[in-house]
Amino acid sequence: MSYDKEFDASGLACPMPIVKTKKSLADMASGQVLRVIATDPGSVSDMQAFTEQTGHTLLSSTTENKKYIFLIKKA
Amino acid sequence: MAQKKMAIIATKGALDMAYPPLILASTAAALGWEVQVFFTFYGLQLLRKDLSGIHISPLANPAMPMPVPMPVVVQMLPGMEAMATSMMKAKMKKKGVASLEELRTLCLEADVKFIACQMTVDLFEFSKDDFIGGIEFGGAATFLKFAGETDVCLFI
Repeated sequence: MSYDKEFDASGLACPMPIVKTKKSLADMASGQVLRVIATDPGSVSDMQAFTEQTGHTLLSSTTENKKYIFLIKKA
Repeated sequence: MAQKKMAIIATKGALDMAYPPLILASTAAALGWEVQVFFTFYGLQLLRKDLSGIHISPLANPAMPMPVPMPVVVQMLPGMEAMATSMMKAKMKKKGVASLEELRTLCLEADVKFIACQMTVDLFEFSKDDFIGGIEFGGAATFLKFAGETDVCLFI
């Protein structure tokens, strides 16, 4: 799936993946897609909670090469 | 969905207790909540410009994971506090945990309101110059007005 921007949160622990994701989304236009890479296992449920609370859409949450990959569409 | 609100009262100034208020505040702000943190007593230390004095002591901290068992009589020796602090900080850096300064900056950027307890400032004779900018000074009543309307109110 294509994306407009990517943010690599590898090596960052809670709450950084979520806080930095919010920051990355702030500069994007509505409908654009952000790809986030994380190594923190907690980020899987955190990303779900984040999108539910903020109204953005979690298009996918997958694992690739021992990293967690999220695609988020800005509301 | 109406915007959620959270109030945190931060009363502790040791390294381990400095993290919960800042992590919760920055995360809630990232989720779009309105957050205010009231720093009182030792929590006021977290608003200082220079955070190098925020330490963790191995003394009387039975829950602290230790590489080797350490009897209390050893925990109290000079230098042990500095060692425990630098070991904890090194471990946090290695595991990608943000520094207190970084979390604090993220909070302020996310419009988290930091309120310093005026009474504690007077009590310990701090000067406003000791603290970072962008904070307010207030009392309990001011804070409780906001706290009374929150979905989540925490005492840390």
